[in-house]
Amino acid sequence: MTINKQLSAALSGLAFLIAASASHSQVLFWSTQAKPVEEAQAMRDQVLSGADVAVDYQPNDGGPWLTRLQAELAAGSGSIGVLGALHGDFAAMDTRDLVDLDDLGLEAKSATFNQLARLGTQKMQYIPWMQASYIMAANRKALEHLPSGADINALSYDQLIEWAANVMQATGGAKFGFPAGPKGLKHRFFQGYLYPSYTDGVVRTFASDKAVMAWEKFRELWAVTNPASTGYSFLQEQLLSEEVWIAFDHTSRLANAFNERPNDFVAFPAPAGPEGRGFMPVLAGVAIPRTASDMAAAKKVVAYMLDPETQVKTLRATNFFPVVDVNLPSDLPPAVQAAGDAVAIMSASEDANPGLLPAGLGNKGGDFNRVFVDAFERIVLNGQDIRAVLDDQKKVLSAIMEETGAPCWAPDAPSEGACPVE
Amino acid sequence: MRPHLLPWLLILPVTVFLGVFFLAPFVMVAKQAFVVDGVFSLGHFAQVASHWKFPIALKNTLLLALAVVPVQLALALLMATLVTKMRKGRDLVLYIWTIPLGISDLAAGIIWLAIFEQSGFLNSMLVALGLGETPSVLLSYQSPGMVFLAIALAEIWRATAIMLVILVAGIGLIPKEYHEAASVFGASPWQRFLRVTLPLLRPSLQTALVLRVILAFEVFAVVVALGGSLFPVLMSETYAYQFELLDSGGAAAIALVILGISVAFTLVILRILRVPKGAQA
Repeated sequence: MTINKQLSAALSGLAFLIAASASHSQVLFWSTQAKPVEEAQAMRDQVLSGADVAVDYQPNDGGPWLTRLQAELAAGSGSIGVLGALHGDFAAMDTRDLVDLDDLGLEAKSATFNQLARLGTQKMQYIPWMQASYIMAANRKALEHLPSGADINALSYDQLIEWAANVMQATGGAKFGFPAGPKGLKHRFFQGYLYPSYTDGVVRTFASDKAVMAWEKFRELWAVTNPASTGYSFLQEQLLSEEVWIAFDHTSRLANAFNERPNDFVAFPAPAGPEGRGFMPVLAGVAIPRTASDMAAAKKVVAYMLDPETQVKTLRATNFFPVVDVNLPSDLPPAVQAAGDAVAIMSASEDANPGLLPAGLGNKGGDFNRVFVDAFERIVLNGQDIRAVLDDQKKVLSAIMEETGAPCWAPDAPSEGACPVE
Repeated sequence: MRPHLLPWLLILPVTVFLGVFFLAPFVMVAKQAFVVDGVFSLGHFAQVASHWKFPIALKNTLLLALAVVPVQLALALLMATLVTKMRKGRDLVLYIWTIPLGISDLAAGIIWLAIFEQSGFLNSMLVALGLGETPSVLLSYQSPGMVFLAIALAEIWRATAIMLVILVAGIGLIPKEYHEAASVFGASPWQRFLRVTLPLLRPSLQTALVLRVILAFEVFAVVVALGGSLFPVLMSETYAYQFELLDSGGAAAIALVILGISVAFTLVILRILRVPKGAQA
């Protein structure tokens, strides 16, 4: 035996020992959600402490999360027991790496979510875990500048622009905030809000004349947007520092503002365009990788997460809403109440135009997002011609749709085969 | 044990370490960059280079290195000379000057962000002094010059110390006799610096510059903290390909481009600052 072989044998033995001793005592819950320290701690203390099996909750950024998972899958054995991630994270994976979960008999209230969770296969690849959405929030000081006749619960994009302009005139600074920072969720605004509201589509209508109008409108909004928005990723910070008075963001990225100063802020639905009030859900799920060392314990954890009582605890810990029927208690944190009301008004509005999460894109989800982010940077930040940019980006989008063969999702009209960019 | 085996045995751990943790991953990355669907191809390079942001990222990276490194070199030389001239408190000053070296680059970026952001120290100071009515947005897409300046400042603050440390050690190695001889012949301090210190400092300058230039092409955390997506550099593009687009091939290709530029500049520096054969000790 050569030294190299001895060394590698010793190393792998050591690694095995460490992995074995860690995995048998606890189920490792490897998650991209509830990352902020307080949320992670709340997940451990308030949510997972009630499970029959000991759970080690470890959240991480998407990149490192995937890197470790892939390493374990490649090695054929691992210590990750349960995965917690967004629909898009799971969609990027090979479904053969996830254990079919039909035998658990668990599902979400929404048939759409359950369909998404099959990831194009016949069986549940993950179980819907919790949901959120994107809403608007404003400092109460901004309310007096609302355009006359405008109803904050039924704003149009034109009214939002006028409102932001009024605030800018009154305060001398642009006070609309948009999450255009490196970790901001700007692409979701374009995919789920701007495009559906103006073009009644996302993919089919990407380069349509209506899309040109949508981007022109967004330029108008940008003119009254705080230019530091290109550094914003969690609008709750700018709302609290009052750099921003009106903001659009993910419900859980606005939560701290409502929880810290509940009387200072209001939550309200996203605005509407000519094609209705576009909005989009956020869906997180739990899954089990095929390399999980203790399958039975992992399944117990998954089942525990879907328990109505756990779902309410999760809501308190993360500001993500339940996906199953629950009786909501009356003493929920202010952020949950505010966001819950805004989402309810948004979904129930007459002109509601709900979109779905991109589906069927596989590991091209990042490229799909980049099409929209690139369009934003070129059109809005670099001032390039809208028509030219859209025609250019359209080629990239077409290539992604053809390569993945992803069919259209709402609000795009259904397609036979890959969703065409018209 | 035979004595001639000893040196080999001593370098074995380092060799194994480099082989396992540097050479092997490097070969794998190179393979990822050049192989598309199992065949050798330049596809990843073509794809990466054709993206509209690539030329901008390349330009930004080179421009930043070009602006930062010479300033750092001048500053480090000045600081090193000052430190060597000091009789008292030399160590204390050196410790203070090298503090930034102990701070991670992301932390450095965040410190400078706290200065430059809209509700940051600089703005509060300007408003307090009556030089502005409301805090203005300094780091915005409308003022690319300001973003560049902030990043350059943060980089200079953060990474000058590494050159300083090398140069201080280098100056310490120059025998005093040369300076004494030069003074005897009536050389002014400036002449002594130019004709004695600088030429004898060449090996240290080489090391300091090579190290610094390579680090300059790898700049990442400071840029991300201060510029966000406003100031794309090669390294942030690598990150985007790996973690946002999950395209390891593309990420590997840009990583190799960075390596290529670093190697090219290293060779140029080694050539320009080479110590003539006859002058080698």
